[in-house]
Amino acid sequence: MVADRIGWLKAEPRGIYLPGADAWVDPSQPVARAIVTHGHSDHARGGHGMVWATAETLAITAARYGPQPGGMRLAYGEKVEIEGVGVSLHPAGHVLGSAQVRLERDGAVVVVSGDYKRAHDPTCAPFEVVPCDVFITEATFGLPVFVHPPAGAEIARALARLRASEGRCLLIGAYALGKAQRVIALLREGGWERPIYLHGAVEKLCALYQAHGVELGELRPVAGVKADALVGEVVIAPPSALQDRWSRRLPDPITAMASGWMMVRARARQRGVELPLVISDHAGWDELTRTLLEVRPREVWVTHGRDDALVHWCGLHQMKARALHLVGREDEDE
Amino acid sequence: MKGFAELLDALGFASGRNAKLALMAHWLGETADPDRGWGLAALTGELDLPAVKPALVRALIEAEVDPVLFRLSYDYVGDLAETVALLWPHREEGEVPSLGETVEVLQALTRSSAPAVLRSMLSRMDSSQRYALIKLATGALRVGAGARLARQAFANRFGVDVEVVEELWHGVAAPYAELFAWGAGKGPRPDLEAKPLFRPFMLAHPLEAPESLDLAAFSAEWKWDGIRAMAVCRSGEKRLYSRDGNDISGSFPEIVAALDQDLVLDGELLVRGVDGTVGSFNALQQRLGRKSVGAALMRDYPVFLRAYDLLFDGSEDVRGLPLEVRRERLQAIVAGLDAERFDFSHGLQAETLEALAELRGSPPDPAIEGLMLKRRTSAYVAGRKAGLWYKWKRDARVADCVLMYAQRGHGKRSSFYSDFTFGAWQGETLLPVGKAYFGFTDAELKWLDAWVRAHTTARFGPVREVEKALVLEVAFDSIATSKRHKSGLAMRFPRISRIRQDKPAAEADTVDMLRGMVI
Repeated sequence: MVADRIGWLKAEPRGIYLPGADAWVDPSQPVARAIVTHGHSDHARGGHGMVWATAETLAITAARYGPQPGGMRLAYGEKVEIEGVGVSLHPAGHVLGSAQVRLERDGAVVVVSGDYKRAHDPTCAPFEVVPCDVFITEATFGLPVFVHPPAGAEIARALARLRASEGRCLLIGAYALGKAQRVIALLREGGWERPIYLHGAVEKLCALYQAHGVELGELRPVAGVKADALVGEVVIAPPSALQDRWSRRLPDPITAMASGWMMVRARARQRGVELPLVISDHAGWDELTRTLLEVRPREVWVTHGRDDALVHWCGLHQMKARALHLVGREDEDE
Repeated sequence: MKGFAELLDALGFASGRNAKLALMAHWLGETADPDRGWGLAALTGELDLPAVKPALVRALIEAEVDPVLFRLSYDYVGDLAETVALLWPHREEGEVPSLGETVEVLQALTRSSAPAVLRSMLSRMDSSQRYALIKLATGALRVGAGARLARQAFANRFGVDVEVVEELWHGVAAPYAELFAWGAGKGPRPDLEAKPLFRPFMLAHPLEAPESLDLAAFSAEWKWDGIRAMAVCRSGEKRLYSRDGNDISGSFPEIVAALDQDLVLDGELLVRGVDGTVGSFNALQQRLGRKSVGAALMRDYPVFLRAYDLLFDGSEDVRGLPLEVRRERLQAIVAGLDAERFDFSHGLQAETLEALAELRGSPPDPAIEGLMLKRRTSAYVAGRKAGLWYKWKRDARVADCVLMYAQRGHGKRSSFYSDFTFGAWQGETLLPVGKAYFGFTDAELKWLDAWVRAHTTARFGPVREVEKALVLEVAFDSIATSKRHKSGLAMRFPRISRIRQDKPAAEADTVDMLRGMVI
């Protein structure tokens, strides 16, 4: 039993806990010692005593919650020891600065992957396969219906629709941290060279990405721009703004939403979007199963999402797996 | 198939009638024969492909995908066609057949050949094409665009009158080559003179201002609470049509059998009650929606047609004649028909508005729901033209609303969708105007539950959004303005008084009409 050798790690409903070090991975409440995988608010919260994370994640947390004391900056691959547990961070490919946490003690290795994806993303370091005994994974898209198409093709589809629509603009709803910047970078890769217009809620994080060397091209705030001037342009806004009065200022927008959930028609219709774009920052079914086959851990623990299907798949492939049912992980806006 | 799949996708995400019309009209214009004709047949629900049942699709996918993973996926997605479209492995390269070729293949399928053929077609397609194929083959497009809207799109695309399209519709068959040729100006109008066609109904406006009506110019009749129907006999071929042009001959064979001369009659289908009265609408409902009826139903619920207008006398089109002249001819014709199945809707004598109002207030039969006032000189014109026909309903506190959402009930109704949210039209959108969870019989509840399950377009927890296609007659004690609802209205004590399968959703009442009932 692997679990016998890793009594130094516990899976609690509130997160992954290291009793010896009194440290938590992505705790849902303020704690004395936290190791944080990435900057999304369901993983990174303010008010911890000490926080081990990448420089980018610490910067994102500071931008969202104000300056936080106790930040312990870790580069990818750099090792530290916290009360006998060897800790290092490795790229997860989810958003800027996102990391998997590698934990080692008594010859056993546990990797807490956080949120991750394997698909192309010009705005962050690609996922790294880290060999381990126990691989702790999410399963947001843990159903075989979620095989996300290449994001570039979705962007091309959106641009084609914009070019074929006279007098309209393209309004893309995208989560403010990560998705918005990835969509912008993919638009640039897709040949869109015009300025891209931003809702106020995504400006700050775009600036943070640019300050970390991510090329996003020319960005302009929507505020103060006349409707006529936005015809034929691309506007990025958080999903909540799509149906909001805010969007009335835009010239007959083609309402698009970039999310892995857009794969399922009913989910897309719930959002009231005209153009669903299947662009996900979480691993789809093919990426999850490919990762498990490449990492080949002795055990798979599934934190949240559609865990029953992934646990069942592990059984079919002679992998030991169990669901942890962690609380407080959100997957609504993905 | 590629273009049709894209159309279905776009229709699925389009909001509003006009957006859907534009998409369909564009597609009909861009697509060649016979593909566009088959597409139109699919959109109007005229394609019948009996070899492919949902059970077959399910059996095929369960042979491809681990059954547990399939079940979990299906639970999540909630739609069989979409689940299969997403899960099916793309294996074979090769040409994807055109829509026309696809329909030909599907029509030629037998129970034994269907599995292998369908499997091979699915394997060559992409996800959106697979979705379209399964929806097409199982006959359930559910894109929120009804048959009438599809015909309107045809009319828009080719700049022809939709009422003419409606009239021709029952005389042409998919893929409608002659209809498209006529539309494009490349062929004559299809000659359907010798066929028992549906003729679009003339409709009435609600009477808003009785005191401003010039009574002398109008004749009055009772407004009966039955099913509007058109009896057609042409060269010995007979049909009975419902208000939206559906052939309901099978539900009322005794009426059809009693037609013994060429004519087209407009009237109200009613059930004969005891002692010369008219049976309730509930009794009539026992007969509606059945493809065929047995002797017991015909005996227990005997129907007849109360005729009030004449469109064709023999082969002569009399729609251009004044109402009074048509009614004279009608009375003479009805006198010669089987009295058990046909009678004449007599005019009412009322010289003054007071006399009319008194009649309206105390009708002699509970199956009367008010008065009809028709201009004596009016020609029979399709649709609702101003100033010609009026309906003056007895109890104004009834409204025809469209079912929008259904929620599961509690207790003994926990397995049924029994809480219904309905809406009225504001322009081309429906606004919820109330919610009701009683008024129906147990049998009606069962029927409504099945309807909701078969017409779900989205789920939100315990709530299902349904296709906006079912009209419910809602009765209520009063209606008042309210800030709680988007429509600005709230009904007091609303209950579902009747399911109006016979009424197209587009003809349900408007928010403005309801606002006029606020006291």
